[in-house]
Amino acid sequence: MEIVLVGLNHRTAPVEVREKVSFTAEQARRAAEELRARGILEETLVLSTCNRSEVYGVPPEFSHECAPGLSTFLSEFHSVRADVLSVSLYHHYDHEAVRHLFRVAAGLDSMLLGEAEILGQVREAYRFAHEHGATGPVLNRLFQGALEVGKRVRTETELGTRPMSVASAGVKLAERIFGKLHERKALVLGAGTVSEQVVSQLRDRGIAQLYVMNRSRDRAEELAKRFEGKVVGWGEWDSALQSADVVVSSVSVEEPLLRREILERAMAARGNRALFLMDLGVPRNIAPDAAELYNVYVYHSDDLSEIVQQNRSARESEIPKAQGIVDEHVAKFLSWQASVDLVGLVDALRVKMREERASFIRARMESMKHLTETERAHVEKLMDEMLEKLLLEPAERLRGEKELRRKIQNVEALRDLFLSYREKP
Amino acid sequence: MNHLFPILSVLAYLLSFVLYVRFLSTGNKLTGRLGTVLLGLGLIAHYFALLERSRGSHTVPYHDLYGSMSLFGWLLALTYLGLELYHRQRSVGAFVLPFILVFFLAAHLAPADRLSPPAVRGVIFALHVTLSILAYAAFALSFVLSLIFLGEERLLRRHRVGDVVWRLPPLELLAQMSQSSVLVGLVSIAAGTALGFVWVDRLSSQYSFYDPKYVITLVVLALYALYFRLARTTGWRGARASKLCVFNFMIVVLSFTVVNLYFSHSHRYF
Repeated sequence: MEIVLVGLNHRTAPVEVREKVSFTAEQARRAAEELRARGILEETLVLSTCNRSEVYGVPPEFSHECAPGLSTFLSEFHSVRADVLSVSLYHHYDHEAVRHLFRVAAGLDSMLLGEAEILGQVREAYRFAHEHGATGPVLNRLFQGALEVGKRVRTETELGTRPMSVASAGVKLAERIFGKLHERKALVLGAGTVSEQVVSQLRDRGIAQLYVMNRSRDRAEELAKRFEGKVVGWGEWDSALQSADVVVSSVSVEEPLLRREILERAMAARGNRALFLMDLGVPRNIAPDAAELYNVYVYHSDDLSEIVQQNRSARESEIPKAQGIVDEHVAKFLSWQASVDLVGLVDALRVKMREERASFIRARMESMKHLTETERAHVEKLMDEMLEKLLLEPAERLRGEKELRRKIQNVEALRDLFLSYREKP
Repeated sequence: MNHLFPILSVLAYLLSFVLYVRFLSTGNKLTGRLGTVLLGLGLIAHYFALLERSRGSHTVPYHDLYGSMSLFGWLLALTYLGLELYHRQRSVGAFVLPFILVFFLAAHLAPADRLSPPAVRGVIFALHVTLSILAYAAFALSFVLSLIFLGEERLLRRHRVGDVVWRLPPLELLAQMSQSSVLVGLVSIAAGTALGFVWVDRLSSQYSFYDPKYVITLVVLALYALYFRLARTTGWRGARASKLCVFNFMIVVLSFTVVNLYFSHSHRYF
């Protein structure tokens, strides 16, 4: 066994367990140190997100015995009873661990299929562990591979491109009209949970200015404060609609709040600049006939839900393509693993030593002219035997090393000691 | 005549078209980039094809139907590539490449014409023709962009948000691209027309100042200037401006075909 993974995620553990086993950056650093200090792992990387806590490592010994040790460690570290934890934890070894990580980086193992955040979280976890010296040659290679998988899946497939929630679908549709939202303004009607979700999405997409309008001014102020917006007085349509490009409405009303004539007036005042309206209220907050107005785009919650449903199917159809990329990189990693041997290195060393020996003898023999040809040949033979015994035989023996981590270290040490950069095979 | 460069041009444009279509249908960025590279290679091969022909006839390639159509295709490709790089948006490539290909192929299929070239040539004349054809190419590009705008706008208004809508440029970007293209066209046609008048002035004994081509060119200039103004600052922005742009291009086509071939005394091919 060369790579071990112990962890839990949204599929194996309820949120109560997940929140207990999550790691802060400081905890991740401490856990990595303790795992190495206790001799459980030699290389460690902790990946902790809201949906998963996973410890990747390279154990010092050639055995499967480190998984129980890791489970016990996690139980102690987070003060969670071992029997509670054991039902939620999964263990993967070697190529299964590699495959698992690559699927995670690709977004195939996420709660929201293809979500983009996970790749950034993997990158950050790797950067953090690397900076603190917790990783080594094996995990470095493994996580660089994972980042490559994530990048390729996002570039070559559409797994993460389509919005999967009503709020994000609405915001992405606004981008279909305006492009980037950095220079746009949004007006949010209502200060409930739905409005909050959309506001959060708008802020993530860099909206320039946010206006909040709500019957209860206190709640409007609370939402505006949290998202750095401005409060607009209830019913001040003319001023609010003149500058806003995106309007999100989620208010409980019996009659449509934004009637056609209000929007007609607003469009005239804004010189027919496009206006995108997202109506998430039930009953509808925006009069249906407002959609007929020039340059006005109205989307109700049903329209957005339908788009989300289409996107879900579209994302699912991308799974085989993403899985193909994962498989390709797993095979690449395994082939790298298998190719780490000393054959090339020992050959390069032998050539180098013979050259050194030849120039050494040439120089020394000048001062030993009394030696006959036979004696000279004998000295050369002795030197060859000595070099073979001192250096090449031990190097050859390292070929038998089963542990990947040690093998890589040996190769690198030999290269650094005896070969210049140019000569490294 | 050596057919290597024309064949290479067609192959590169065709492959670029296929890659752009694939990019539009799959969203694969690498495919899109390759489409751009192939378009660039097509442009280079097309340039050498034009150069070779010009050397053969000792003039810039505009004195026959082949020359002007081929030059039009080349300038269309060049303008599009510039616009793509400037706006970093390659999803409209699939719609532009067919026009480039059609003009390139039509130029080759056009009947050989033995029409005698204009009596006097020179830098001013060459610039007049090249700039005019560049203007037509830029207007053609704005026409394609406006059609895409109208299609996408229709789909968005009808809530038919399928695969293509997610990959097309945002409406406002399409409008900007169309305006950039019209701006290139306006500057080119204004400069080209001015140079044309300078040339006519020098040869007033041979060419009349009263050619229907002059009238329609000034109409085209005025219409595009109007579009440029309406699309940016008034209530016409959006679909109405795009429709005007499509209409304007119909006038350009009229100018390029009917007026050139049947009414103009001195503009048979450009």
